Amino acid sequence: MSETNGNSKSKLHGLWALTNRELKKWYKAPVIFLLSIIQPILWMGLLGKAMNIGAMFSSGTFTLPQDLISQFTPTQLHLLGSYFAGLQTSILQGAFNTTDYFSFMAVGMIAFTALFTTMFSGMSVVWDRRLGFLNKALSTPVSRAVIIFSKVLSATLRSMFQAGLIILIAVAFGLQFGAGFNPINVLGVFGIMFLICVGLSSVFIAITIRSTRIETPMAVVNLINLPLMFASNAFFPTKFMPDWLQTIAKVNPLTYTTDAVRQLLIFSTDWGQLALDFTYVGIFAVVAATIGIVLSWSFLSK
Amino acid sequence: MSEIIKAEGLTKVFNHHLTAVDHINFGVNQGEIFGFLGPNGAGKTTTINMLITILKPTEGKASVSGFDIGQQANSVRNVTGVVPQEYTADEDLTGLENVFLCADLYGIPRNIAKERAADLLKLVELTDFKDKKVQTYSGGMRRRLELACGLINRPKVLFLDEPTLGLDVQTRTATWNYIRTLKKEYGMTLFMTTHYLEEADALCDRVAIIDHGKIIVVGSPEDLKHSLGGDSITLAIKENADVSELIQKVEHVKEVRKENGAYRIKAELGEVTTPLIIETLRKNGYTVTKLSLTEPTLNEVYLEYTGKSMRDAEESREAIATQRMTMRRARQ
Repeated sequence: MSETNGNSKSKLHGLWALTNRELKKWYKAPVIFLLSIIQPILWMGLLGKAMNIGAMFSSGTFTLPQDLISQFTPTQLHLLGSYFAGLQTSILQGAFNTTDYFSFMAVGMIAFTALFTTMFSGMSVVWDRRLGFLNKALSTPVSRAVIIFSKVLSATLRSMFQAGLIILIAVAFGLQFGAGFNPINVLGVFGIMFLICVGLSSVFIAITIRSTRIETPMAVVNLINLPLMFASNAFFPTKFMPDWLQTIAKVNPLTYTTDAVRQLLIFSTDWGQLALDFTYVGIFAVVAATIGIVLSWSFLSK
Repeated sequence: MSEIIKAEGLTKVFNHHLTAVDHINFGVNQGEIFGFLGPNGAGKTTTINMLITILKPTEGKASVSGFDIGQQANSVRNVTGVVPQEYTADEDLTGLENVFLCADLYGIPRNIAKERAADLLKLVELTDFKDKKVQTYSGGMRRRLELACGLINRPKVLFLDEPTLGLDVQTRTATWNYIRTLKKEYGMTLFMTTHYLEEADALCDRVAIIDHGKIIVVGSPEDLKHSLGGDSITLAIKENADVSELIQKVEHVKEVRKENGAYRIKAELGEVTTPLIIETLRKNGYTVTKLSLTEPTLNEVYLEYTGKSMRDAEESREAIATQRMTMRRARQ
């Protein structure tokens, strides 16, 4: 009766079916889809436009006392004026490597999205366990690794879609591309996003797959997401951080992800630094995915 | 008849001390409906989970359709279908999408899956609802959808874990009919667990009563009922005297007990023996005031072998149903 099941199927059969099951919940539910688009816009508006660090250094903030001005000749005043005007640019350039804080922050949002999307999609593992779907999948000939990797892949694809969206929105809001920007660089952004998302979601799935209660992974996520985000260069350069924080930021893969995206989009690309970023995030992805999948696998075949 | 499922010394110990299944041995014949009957926590679901290769046995071995559940797990998965206790269908997808998802998990090509899905949805009478989201399905419809999913790979053995848990009487009867059809028309072997004694009685060719991880007795419902030693007769007399000796002498009577002023009598051929007892009593000048005759049910078999009333199990079943509802709501 079951000959038709055949042995022709590949080791990866079911991967797309399981991945698409996750994705359908997202793109077939208009509310969730819309919210996932609004979220980055909101953050960008709040962080990029409300906390406009660039405006703090504009010439309007510097007004010399009237009695001081009267001591200068008009020529000297003009020179002083152009010095302060240049100061703004050089402070921004020195601190953020770009003259536009919005561009700096908007790119940081991309890493932020990767972190949040992968964290919360790890939760779907808990639901699959509680509702019995995980056991159902385990009773079919689909490979255990495929079950885990489908979760990783769906989180990754969602994050990559959102990253693309953030770039588009940021451009609409006035993102300034770097001098040597080439549209091909966007592919590089997707590349680094793929690596970081695979790494992060593998870690979160290894954490969540063991818990039967949704509260446990929620607590873990809430504990680590914001510290992980702010102990990176996503919103502020690491060089102004205290030493201990700099050390954390230095090993935080989000720092390298954000730097890679900046190098590709808004800085004049430093290829050496970019290669280092890709290597670091690549190693993180491979190590995290290996550990995550091995841990999940051993749990599934108890 | 050949044995399609065979278990030898199958054991599962959780966390080194909790023995869920304790060295059980049994065989299931090709084409029969075999039932595991027992209270909550008896080890029924754990046994199923080992047979469908979700859990690794701590000790012992088992085979399904000739494949070892340990070494040939993937072959076992290919020839078995599972209808789990929970509603596992995805609420956000339609019925048809769910069936296709199951087909994909078995690696069934889409063109074959389409044909089978159409047939199966017709079998479980969901054709009209196939493009509706599962959210909108009733409990009975969800259960039928699970059945369709479990059959998509045309399994040789179908495992049903509490197939009618939480269903109303009407839907339960309908589900029984689907199960009978599978046996009759497809020659499928069915392995099911149940709390419902009447379900085991109505459906199963053979039943294993399991408690505390051990199989206590295996047999057809008829044999098990017969093993209790016949029908039970309860009677009371007007006079204040002990007539146990007198009743004991009546033909076919096996046992007499006096409890709270009534006599509980076990006898074979109850319908024949009862008039004989009444006659004997009347001849000796006694008047029978109350009388009842009950044929043994699986309920009594259960009570006899597990020493537990089914009411305890009944309550915990409701608790499970409530918990499931809460989980479903929480998810939305």
